[in-house]
Amino acid sequence: METVSTERVLAVEVELDRLTKRFGATAAVYGLSLSVGRGEFCTLLGPSGCGKTTTLRIVAGLVEPDDGRVLFDGKDVTRLPPWDRNLGMVFQNYALWPHMTVFDNVAFGLVERRVPKAEVRRRVAEALDKVGLTGMEGRFPSQLSGGQQQRVALARALVVRPGLLLLDEPFSNLDAKLRVQMRAELARLQRDLGITTLYVTHDQEEALVLSDRIAVLDSGRLVQAGTPRELYENPRDVFVADFLGGANLLPGMVVRRGAAEVEVQAGEARVAAPVEGEAAPGQPVWLSVRPEHLELSVGDAGDLRGTVLATDYLGWTLQAEVALADGTRLQVRGLDPSTPLRPGQTVGLRVRSGRARVFPRRN
Amino acid sequence: MEPRAVTAPSPAALWRPRWRYEPAHLALYAALLLVVGVLVVLPIASVLRGALVDSGGFTLAHVVRFFYTPLYLESLRNSLYAGLGATLLASLLALPPAFLLGRYQFRGQALLVTWLTVPLVIPPFVGAIGLNQALGRAGALTLFLEDRLGVQFVAAEGLRGVILAHALHYFPFILLTVTNALANVDPSLEEAATVAGARGVRLLWRVTLPLVAPAYAAGAILVFVRSTDDLGTPLILNVKNMLGPQAYFRITTIAREDPDGYAISIVMLALALVAVLLATRLGQRREVATLQTGARAAGRPLRGWGPRLLLALSVLVGFLGLLPHLGVVLMSVSRVWSLTYLPTGYTLDHYAEILFRAPQFVVNTLLYSATAAGVAVAVAVGIAYLQHRGRVPAPGLLDFAATAPIAVPGVVLGIGFLRVFDRWTVPWLGVPLTALWLIFPMLYVARRLPYAVRATSAAMAQVHPTLEEAAAVCGARRWRTFRRVVLPLVLGGAVAAGVLVFVTAAVEFDATVLLISRVEQSPLSYGIYLYAQSPRGRGAAAALGTVAVVLVAAGTYLANRIGGRRPALTW
Repeated sequence: METVSTERVLAVEVELDRLTKRFGATAAVYGLSLSVGRGEFCTLLGPSGCGKTTTLRIVAGLVEPDDGRVLFDGKDVTRLPPWDRNLGMVFQNYALWPHMTVFDNVAFGLVERRVPKAEVRRRVAEALDKVGLTGMEGRFPSQLSGGQQQRVALARALVVRPGLLLLDEPFSNLDAKLRVQMRAELARLQRDLGITTLYVTHDQEEALVLSDRIAVLDSGRLVQAGTPRELYENPRDVFVADFLGGANLLPGMVVRRGAAEVEVQAGEARVAAPVEGEAAPGQPVWLSVRPEHLELSVGDAGDLRGTVLATDYLGWTLQAEVALADGTRLQVRGLDPSTPLRPGQTVGLRVRSGRARVFPRRN
Repeated sequence: MEPRAVTAPSPAALWRPRWRYEPAHLALYAALLLVVGVLVVLPIASVLRGALVDSGGFTLAHVVRFFYTPLYLESLRNSLYAGLGATLLASLLALPPAFLLGRYQFRGQALLVTWLTVPLVIPPFVGAIGLNQALGRAGALTLFLEDRLGVQFVAAEGLRGVILAHALHYFPFILLTVTNALANVDPSLEEAATVAGARGVRLLWRVTLPLVAPAYAAGAILVFVRSTDDLGTPLILNVKNMLGPQAYFRITTIAREDPDGYAISIVMLALALVAVLLATRLGQRREVATLQTGARAAGRPLRGWGPRLLLALSVLVGFLGLLPHLGVVLMSVSRVWSLTYLPTGYTLDHYAEILFRAPQFVVNTLLYSATAAGVAVAVAVGIAYLQHRGRVPAPGLLDFAATAPIAVPGVVLGIGFLRVFDRWTVPWLGVPLTALWLIFPMLYVARRLPYAVRATSAAMAQVHPTLEEAAAVCGARRWRTFRRVVLPLVLGGAVAAGVLVFVTAAVEFDATVLLISRVEQSPLSYGIYLYAQSPRGRGAAAALGTVAVVLVAAGTYLANRIGGRRPALTW
């Protein structure tokens, strides 16, 4: 009688409306608005202390905002306690109850919802099957590996068929290899269930791989939200450009204004970049170029000339740090590993056409 | 993992910040404040009042008179002498085995530790009875010395007996703290000194000993304060000129309101307070030199004459520590034991006496102790919860008040109880509260609450707030979260603490003796005292003492099984 489709329709639409939360004098979250569509995987991304976890806890009902509203499907749930929000949540430390077996951990939410025993058994088995832990029901959390604990936490969050899944840096305690594997499994589960998901991380790669949409936070404020591609290709400001993907920043000045682009003089380089809004000639700007958008050639041909400071050989690729004559240091990535580079060598750098971005710079 | 300086809210920042305080928590807080206030604060305050206030208001006259009364000064001197003597002797007994156990590794080590901590299961005033049989005026070893070696020396008599009883009971305190400290000294500290050129005795003197000195001092202070506070042992050995007995006699035989009794109490209180504060400070300093990671220095094997001598000394200490037990157990089954090495006839009559003819001592003890343990655990769980999660004003206040009795000598608390609750008339019955058996469980709750609160609070500190948050997100309301997550996680520690409350209450004497109004109500500890008053009753006293030892041993074992690891050191 149960069909997969009944699980899919539970997903809610989330709207955060000008949330503010202060701890003492510091505002952990300030005027944050964001909407997450039904079934969407949205990531809150930012450095530590940016307010992403606090935002997630506000959505969970664990922290009450000083100001603003949280809406599920248009209904105001700001004052609703966590137990009435029908959520699934995975904590950074998993928060598995050490005195309960895997079965009891997963069954907890069902017991609280007064689900009949037979159905509890069936749904726990189903949830454990989904995360590949069948047969582990009788174990205690202390008898599981980190990856297995992570799966139990995920099963516990999903078994109640929540309208919204919240994950707070769930993979930060796993080693690199396992993290990649769990990431793929989470993506698959989330797609299969079609569940609205709010995910917190400071790992840009995780955010890019998993998300339908990313919201970048800084100092409690939302800086930019969009698809991974939008954010990577058209970051709104220096912070987003640098935090997501990394950026070399060169101080420059607008020398010519076109219809949708400007020409910028930065040091000895003259580079064209797309622009919206105001950018009159003479205005100081940052010229932002991603490390993989710099072409390097041995010799002194190119827009910029510099000296190799150091090289990192990674087997499949090579990256280098180059110092310009004025001391600015640039990162260069994605070089052919067979390029013969030595520290001290003079090289020329060229910005790939159409890849540079400009951002306002205040003197 | 990233550090969360700004984002992590305190656990108390959960749910409903519209009110700063949580109504349910406030109600519990008020109830617990009332309980702790009545059981702890009132009696202590009453003792202070008795000593410092008279009809003319505040006065120091009584306290000053204490220092001009020769009898009291002699009592103070004797108490200090007994405390210092017991500490010194306990150190002599404890240090060789501590060094052996902390530094060397050998087969049977665990067994030796257990053997050497056995003295803790015999309350000192019970041990005194056994010691009297072994080393008293007509004791087996005293006779042996006189017959075979011509030496006339009575070890267990008067103040000397008190010192011996205390030293033999309390030396494991020093043994355990020093062994632990030695085993936990970061090996790299000694290695660094070795590299710098120190070795042998110089290494020991300049590096190792200073590192374990705070631990030793903390253990030694504990022995000192327990020994100066004691009432039961001097009473059993008929030593009257000490602080405890003097306070007891003033209050019970001179007058309930005799200010001298309260002045003595205040002096005892001040001594204990200073000692406890000192021990606490030393305990904090100890953390510095110890290692958190568990990388312990590998114990050395037993080679050469030095460690063998230590082993021989340790075994000797082990036998000495068993003397009180042997004396008591043997006495409890002896028909006649007078002026002979061993009893001249054996019988189970004494057990028949205490189990069938006069079973009320054992029955009362079980009832009082079980009640006290239940109440103490419930109160402790409440206090620990409020301390860690409570949305109440000044949650530390409750914890502070509940742990205050740790620095209050039993005699003093008993005097306070007597002074306060003798005036409280029970509605309908028209008798003072002190006439009801309930006064004993109340007393034991007050006296042992510090230990219950500490153990429960430690267990509560282990419960990570996200465990509760996870339950809330899973749909559990606050009470359900408490019942399904918090309580089960804290219960192990709380029950272990409850068992210890039970056993320590079962052998409590110092405060109990002040509140006895009818023999039918008296527990085992007073029964022992009562029987021991007459030579013919000594067998029954010993039988009751053996029951006490069995109770304490079983309870300590149980508490360690439930609570894990930590050795249970309490009274």
